[in-house]
Amino acid sequence: MTQSGVNQGRRRFLYIATGAVGAVGAVGVATPFVKSWFPSEKAKAVGAPVSLDIGNLKVGEMVIAEWRGKPVFVVRRTAEMIEALKSAKLKERLTDPNSDVEQQPEFAKNDTRSLSEELLVVEGVCTHLGCSPKFVPEVEPQAYDANWQGGFFCPCHGSRFDLSGRVFAGVPAPSNLKVPPHRVDGNILTIGEVA
Amino acid sequence: MSNKNFKPAWLDWIDRRLPVSNAYEKHMSKYYAPKNFNWWYVFGLLAMIVFVNQLLTGIWLTMSYVPSAAEAFNSVEYIMRDVDMGWLLRYMHSTGASFFFLTVYLHMFRGVLYGSYQKPRELIWVFGMFVYLIMMAEGFMGYVLPWGQTSYWGAQVIISLFGAIPVIGEGLQEWIRGDFLISGITLNRFFALHVIALPLVLALLVVMHVLALHEVGSNNPDGIDIKKHVDDKGVPLDAVPFHPYFTVGKLPQVVLFLFVFCGVIFFMPEGGGYFLEHPNFEMANALKTPAHIAPTWYYGAFYSILRAIDFPIFFIEAKLGGFMAMGGAIAILFVLPWLDRSPVRSWRYKGWMSKFAIIIFAIAFAMLTYLGGQPVTALNGILAKIGTVIYFAFFLLMPWYTKYEKTKPVPERVPE
Amino acid sequence: MIKKILIILSASLLASAVSAAGAEVHLDKMKPDSHDNISLQEGLRTYMDNCAGCHSLGFARYNRVARDLDIPESLFMDNIVFAEDAKFGDLMKFSMTEQDGKKWFGAAPPDLTNVTRVRGVDWVYTYLRSFYKDDSRPYGVNNSVFKDVGMPHVLLGLQGLCSEKPHTATGQEIDPLTGHEITHESCANYAVEGSQTTDEFNKTVYDLVNFLNYMGEPYQNDRRRLGWFVFAFLTILLVPSILLQRELHKDIH
Repeated sequence: MTQSGVNQGRRRFLYIATGAVGAVGAVGVATPFVKSWFPSEKAKAVGAPVSLDIGNLKVGEMVIAEWRGKPVFVVRRTAEMIEALKSAKLKERLTDPNSDVEQQPEFAKNDTRSLSEELLVVEGVCTHLGCSPKFVPEVEPQAYDANWQGGFFCPCHGSRFDLSGRVFAGVPAPSNLKVPPHRVDGNILTIGEVA
Repeated sequence: MSNKNFKPAWLDWIDRRLPVSNAYEKHMSKYYAPKNFNWWYVFGLLAMIVFVNQLLTGIWLTMSYVPSAAEAFNSVEYIMRDVDMGWLLRYMHSTGASFFFLTVYLHMFRGVLYGSYQKPRELIWVFGMFVYLIMMAEGFMGYVLPWGQTSYWGAQVIISLFGAIPVIGEGLQEWIRGDFLISGITLNRFFALHVIALPLVLALLVVMHVLALHEVGSNNPDGIDIKKHVDDKGVPLDAVPFHPYFTVGKLPQVVLFLFVFCGVIFFMPEGGGYFLEHPNFEMANALKTPAHIAPTWYYGAFYSILRAIDFPIFFIEAKLGGFMAMGGAIAILFVLPWLDRSPVRSWRYKGWMSKFAIIIFAIAFAMLTYLGGQPVTALNGILAKIGTVIYFAFFLLMPWYTKYEKTKPVPERVPE
Repeated sequence: MIKKILIILSASLLASAVSAAGAEVHLDKMKPDSHDNISLQEGLRTYMDNCAGCHSLGFARYNRVARDLDIPESLFMDNIVFAEDAKFGDLMKFSMTEQDGKKWFGAAPPDLTNVTRVRGVDWVYTYLRSFYKDDSRPYGVNNSVFKDVGMPHVLLGLQGLCSEKPHTATGQEIDPLTGHEITHESCANYAVEGSQTTDEFNKTVYDLVNFLNYMGEPYQNDRRRLGWFVFAFLTILLVPSILLQRELHKDIH
């Protein structure tokens, strides 16, 4: 559909030029709409790091903190517990004994999955469908495991985790319990940020 | 005549199932609009742009706004401060509300100037008036949502107007409020209407408005019937396709409009206290009436007319009289197509009486709008009454002055 | 043409600014400067020292104020925030319960986050400097801008206490000898002397109101900055769109 005397080339160029500049404008207009969906200051404040004093946490005991709406299990493990975590016999029964899957910060890629051997800081959220596992530290046979060495048991579908939160093979949960970023200053544990 | 235009296969697939190409041609590329459109003809397009702005920003605001009496005000502050760029979305919405009315007023005025409401376009005008009416309700309810002092007390004043209606007035107020006083219950229902019901109705009305327009074709500044002179294909000689000449071709006007629109949003979002009224930055307090309750500027004229009737008319007391005058002022707009008895459409060819009437009507409307935001004083009261008289006279005398004045002959073809 | 004149006429009718319909009290002018961080910090300091005991800034967050005013977190939490359990991301709510406020002052001291947006900077600036001695009032003071206010003169230590209603000039006064504007010393004499001179106190209050103006709209600097970018973009967009319009216009006629 050509019209005589019309410079189609110039016209097309102008359409493209206007369109291009207009497209930049469209991105600009879209920006506040997209940005407003990111977590607001309120969400960030509520999701901010949480500090707690673990000076009174006795050996062998657990306290539950809350961070970003999730329970965080903080356990001060005994020497026996720590030793048991390194046993080859235990590790044979685990899906991911070396924590190869990224469920923890770098410093927690070890047998105790922690900063210091004693303190376990792990999210109390079963990696199957999100129930909160029970803390079962006693070393005695259980209905779900004749050879129970202590750990966490999820009542929803029977997933089991050791005292580092590492998942046993043959249970519904696919991966180890998540270790949140955290740091310790003296007696103060801060969950939600590293140093 | 088949066009040898190449149509891609996917488009052909769609067209066989849904007439997309036909619709596009009928309403855009082969909808022929007069070539003598001037600057007055851009406001319909601008109003649509602002409408889209209101819809998008409105939806986004609804994502963070909480429609309860306890939380509404806080949630607006949350949007302004805590939501990333929430302040911009809010300002776009509040400025957009004012600009929606601004563009629509200018759009309507174009209709008055050029007789765009005359036969066969009466229905376009009527649909447009319904759009305006719904817009007024929409704006009113929207303003209540932030639950500031003006939100609350403005609602109080407007709802109490309904109390003026004899017999059913009291009950009607309670029914509108859903409570014995304006409360979170009222707020919640206004929220539902403002966010869902009225926008749907508005969108539907705008579609009807445009369809009615496309059925008869656009008017033009000279009021010439361009369909009287067509070429052998039936295309009016004095017309050009709507797209691209009045879409892409209007981009500079849109950009200039955006300069003004963004200028307000980014540099004076409160609009000097007219777009976002100062008392509204304080949470609603049922026990504390602000010193000065003014409706948002776009209701100013009708509010002035309401207040102008501060005396009883026969057996009708002032409160009811004012309510009726205000209602009448809006209602009379609907019948404009039947009041104008002029043989010509555009004021360019009407007699001096029409020209004079239009000019002082515009001035009176502007004055009434301004007075609506001012407190009542002796002088303001007199001016409001004068404005009210001019407003009604413009319409009520129109059947007479348009019929008997001497008009100029309208050219057959659009002047070069 | 007539139409254009019409529009301008009616527009100017609207625009003809009728400022402050019937303001009985002349308000001193105060021009805020949202970029003067030092002033804002001073204002914050004054606010926390004198106002925060009763008036919350409940829509603002500590971390944002610290970021905008360029104050490091540790400094902020140590020196500015006095609530024991306050976190950096918290809202600046200071606790005086509604009931206590009503009991002690007749009305609960309002939240001041938006006070300059409601009253305007000029009002707040003049109000804070217009207290005077009035033994008939519960706290012994009254205010020429806000008659019978329930608030005590918190800044008395700085300003002193004017013995009678401050003189409110209705315009600027020019000294006939020097031709310069007279900075008006609104108070004729002081019942109690304050630690600051009039100029020092005016500056203190200026900083405080400047800070409150920031509080009312903390993102205002961003707003204006973005506005210039938008204008620049629209100017650029204008060029190809006008060229395109002209090109298309060749088709008509």
